Amino acid sequence: MNLNPDQVKKLLSQMLLIRRFEEKAAEMYTKEKIRGFLHLYIGEEAVAVGVLQALQPDDNVMCTYREHGHALVRGMEPGVIMAEMYGKLEGCSRGRGGSMHLFDAKTKFYGGNAIVAGHLAMAVGLGLADKKLQRNQITCCFFGEGAMAEGAFHEAMNLAALWQVPVLFVCENNLYAMGTALRYTHAQQDLEKKGAAYGIASSSVDGMDLMAVMQAANEAVDSIRQTGQPHFLVCNTYRFRAHSMFDAELYREKKEVEEWKQRDPITSFKELLLQQKMLNDEDYQAIEKQVQQEVEQAVAFAESCSFEPVEELLKYTYSEKAN
Amino acid sequence: MLEYKMPSLGADMESGFLREWHVKPGDRIRKGDIIAEVETQKGIIEIEVFEEGIIGELLVNLDEQVPVGRSMATILTEEEAASGKAIPAAGVKAPIPETAAQAVPAEEGAQRAEGPAIPEHAPESHHIRASPLAKRVAAEKGIDIATVHGTGPEGAITRDDVEHAIAAQAAPAKAAREAKEEAPAKPAIPKEKTPTPATIPDTKAEVASPSIPEPAAPIPTAKASASADTIRMAVAAAMGKSNREIPHYYLETKIDMSKALAWLSETNKQRPVKERLLPAALLIKAVAKALNDIPELNATWENGLQRKELINVGYVVALRTGGIMVPTIHETDTKTLDEIMQALNDLIPRARALRLRSSELADSTITVTSLGEAGVEVVYGVIYPPQVALVGFGGITEQPWSENGMLTVRPILTATLAADHRASDGSTGSKFLTAIKNYLQQPDKL
Amino acid sequence: MAGNLITYRECIKQAIREALLADERVFMMGEDVGHYGGAFAVSKNLLQEFGPERIMDTPLSEAGFVGAGIGAALGGMRPIVEIMTVNFSLLALDQIANNAATLLHMSGGQFNVPLVIRMSTGIGRQLAAQHSHSWEPLFAHLPGLRILSAGTHEDARHMLAPALADPDPVIIFEYTSLLNMEKELPEDLTGVDIQKAKVRREGKDISIFTYGTGVYKSLTAAEELAQAGIEVEVVDLRVLRPLDEETIVASVTKTNRAFVVEDASKSVSVSSEVSARIMERCFYELDAPVQRLCGAEVPIPYPKHLEDASVPQPAQIVSAIKTLLQHA
Repeated sequence: MNLNPDQVKKLLSQMLLIRRFEEKAAEMYTKEKIRGFLHLYIGEEAVAVGVLQALQPDDNVMCTYREHGHALVRGMEPGVIMAEMYGKLEGCSRGRGGSMHLFDAKTKFYGGNAIVAGHLAMAVGLGLADKKLQRNQITCCFFGEGAMAEGAFHEAMNLAALWQVPVLFVCENNLYAMGTALRYTHAQQDLEKKGAAYGIASSSVDGMDLMAVMQAANEAVDSIRQTGQPHFLVCNTYRFRAHSMFDAELYREKKEVEEWKQRDPITSFKELLLQQKMLNDEDYQAIEKQVQQEVEQAVAFAESCSFEPVEELLKYTYSEKAN
Repeated sequence: MLEYKMPSLGADMESGFLREWHVKPGDRIRKGDIIAEVETQKGIIEIEVFEEGIIGELLVNLDEQVPVGRSMATILTEEEAASGKAIPAAGVKAPIPETAAQAVPAEEGAQRAEGPAIPEHAPESHHIRASPLAKRVAAEKGIDIATVHGTGPEGAITRDDVEHAIAAQAAPAKAAREAKEEAPAKPAIPKEKTPTPATIPDTKAEVASPSIPEPAAPIPTAKASASADTIRMAVAAAMGKSNREIPHYYLETKIDMSKALAWLSETNKQRPVKERLLPAALLIKAVAKALNDIPELNATWENGLQRKELINVGYVVALRTGGIMVPTIHETDTKTLDEIMQALNDLIPRARALRLRSSELADSTITVTSLGEAGVEVVYGVIYPPQVALVGFGGITEQPWSENGMLTVRPILTATLAADHRASDGSTGSKFLTAIKNYLQQPDKL
Repeated sequence: MAGNLITYRECIKQAIREALLADERVFMMGEDVGHYGGAFAVSKNLLQEFGPERIMDTPLSEAGFVGAGIGAALGGMRPIVEIMTVNFSLLALDQIANNAATLLHMSGGQFNVPLVIRMSTGIGRQLAAQHSHSWEPLFAHLPGLRILSAGTHEDARHMLAPALADPDPVIIFEYTSLLNMEKELPEDLTGVDIQKAKVRREGKDISIFTYGTGVYKSLTAAEELAQAGIEVEVVDLRVLRPLDEETIVASVTKTNRAFVVEDASKSVSVSSEVSARIMERCFYELDAPVQRLCGAEVPIPYPKHLEDASVPQPAQIVSAIKTLLQHA
């Protein structure tokens, strides 16, 4: 893995964009511009950036309801994502999905799926279609460790292994299934073993370390492309914010959060780059400024957008093209 | 100056209790700082600030319940803080807008909670067991549903019951039974010309007159279905009213029917018996077309002249047992001769069997009576109120006829008009009869 | 004419075979569909003819393979997913209700799901409470799905092709109790309209609205009622969602009386819905209250006599209609 200065700056700016974008989203939530549920990814940025850089534009991506970061890294416009969270017509899903249901056909971004583990079997199906149609594509499916307690996870793993489909399963283990700690939800806390139990190549990585995630993701993706077989990758990470906005965080100590914040993936990567003279303060300030601008523009865009006329309420329940 | 407002942390959060301030007036704050702790139903949540500046004034006391959106503190810019005058207590302590949910008056909310408006029924139908269709038909036809006998499930009144009640107002059940018998018709009409002007119709001189009483003078229906008098009473009521109230005038003209009959004969040659046209179809169509030209006569007189949009010719059918029915040929002017003939073929037997639908009895805008078959030459009719005209056709008889200075014999039809002088004058009536005459000279164009 | 007789089972099989031949993207998966030949022998020999890529045996994993079917449809395939019977469908209900039915809408029209799910349904083989469900109403509740009920041989044979051509998820309910029944199939029929209900018999005195096994039962009843001079119109609803309101309204407007027959239990059923739509759309056409004959409100019992008593039978339809029409 060789990264030139432009590449590292891009990676840093992608992580920073997720951070600032979500901070702004939280603000707009408290101001009631954004409603519904809002799940923030802050703290976990290295996972989305590190994994998605390994993919090609033709590959499929499926995410959970904590997917703003993935959508941004995948190349969806920040303004279009913000507009979606505002419920506006110009949003990626015409405002009908909101924060939890970002979709984008152009970047093959299949949501934004908000029933835990419900999308894993669909990822198997996308892989099955690619296999049947002999397309050299892989499907990358993100989920949290909470999903691994669901039956749907186990069914999907079994089918993926049985049918040998090119799917990268990425577990973002942030230690809390909503508000319940890993130790209270899994008998076997060595999550990697659960993929291996189905005969799926499995690995785990420090999800706070961008370079490590990239390395692990690249290896996994290479192997899937070569063998056509699934891979299970556990990224151990931490969310700095509450599960969703309305969360008193009674389930974890402030001290624990502070300790994990010491391992902030953005700060760590920035320090690494400064240390390695790949970046100077001026560069960093420029990136900050650029990111801030993008976020402000996203908000301005969302504000300027329109709401879909209520007369169109019933649209998109069935396809319009008649057969 | 900015206001820091109680943030909304979830759609289900309406307010929170302030449990701790993390700042005091004069504190410099930065984006992301925790400004206070607020207790919600989910526990204590630290709330952060998204602005930069200096805390001006704290507007909420500890343990106070604060609705979402209410100002909790003012945040000043450096300049405002430096000027020292920017802690406008009065301004921010002004009444605080309530949340939208609280602003809805309780009464209004209660009203909205009620179900959809239910159309009001006439009070008398409230306790009557009748099907919705039966009620609708009864309302359309002006029948008091309370007088209808129900034969449906649990004694409910059905549409058939209403239809029977309507028919019963026009004819007795006995008549219906007799009508089915094959006894030949015995015209009770003298062969000689009926006297002019016609007066109140009687059973012997079967002068055209409608059979349906106007809604204003309903005939009792409870026993009506069994009484042979009902139809007579209905005719009597309508004709009595007509004669009392309508100032009739009468016009008459003779029409050479040779072209019409020749055309009919030619046309019928090519047709099977069942599809043959009778002169009545031509006469009815001619009347309808003439009404198109002289719309004043396609009208009713109800508090003044009410012209009618649709031309619905009512055609008098004599019942073999006495009495008459007047079925309607809807939108007669738009129908072809064949369609009119079909309508007659359909309506006449049903009228004689007292099986007309109510809509077929009530929608006429003018009445036509043709007594040609009965042998009379001229008919002077009594208008069916609230209509304003009635056209009578006698029989077609061979008569001497002069044309282009030559005398010949032609089949001649006498057409009469009985018209309401309140609604029209003789010149209008004259134009109308002339129009009928002219149309009958061009039968192929009818 | 015995040569033209065909079983309901063979109708389904021919439809699947035709679909596989017509479009390379079509494949079928489900439990026992391949080597076993189908739990009801519907797909017998299809594995031999089309190979394991097109006739895929799945584990007992309804959530998994229905979800995979949805994914494959998103990925450009035209899957036919067989859920052996409706009784197992709830294991996949999250996939059906939360994914198949919602993706088009949640994505603002970007991702449609051209998936067909077939399930055998209904009562009639003494299989007791857990294997005798009539859950069509449950699925008919979900916007985003097209719910079809193949109550006749004609529909068993010809519904699949239009269902596969539909850009959105379609569920076809088939009926185990009809599998061995032989009927003549009109030869010239090539497709059915899966937007519209179907008038199976014209009549003027009363309309029966029904679907599934209710169709043949109602036609039998109508035959008997005709002997008594009652002309019954039998409307096979067949598209349970979106419901074809116009055909219902037209029939009620014609006959002024409505009777609804279904095997599913009465509460919150298709008949509830049809009845309510009739009230909304044709109250003033009604000459009698809408009546229903539905499944009993009970888990289906095992003994034959109790099982039979749990769902409407033709004799009950006949007598209920005679009562409604005050027929002597």
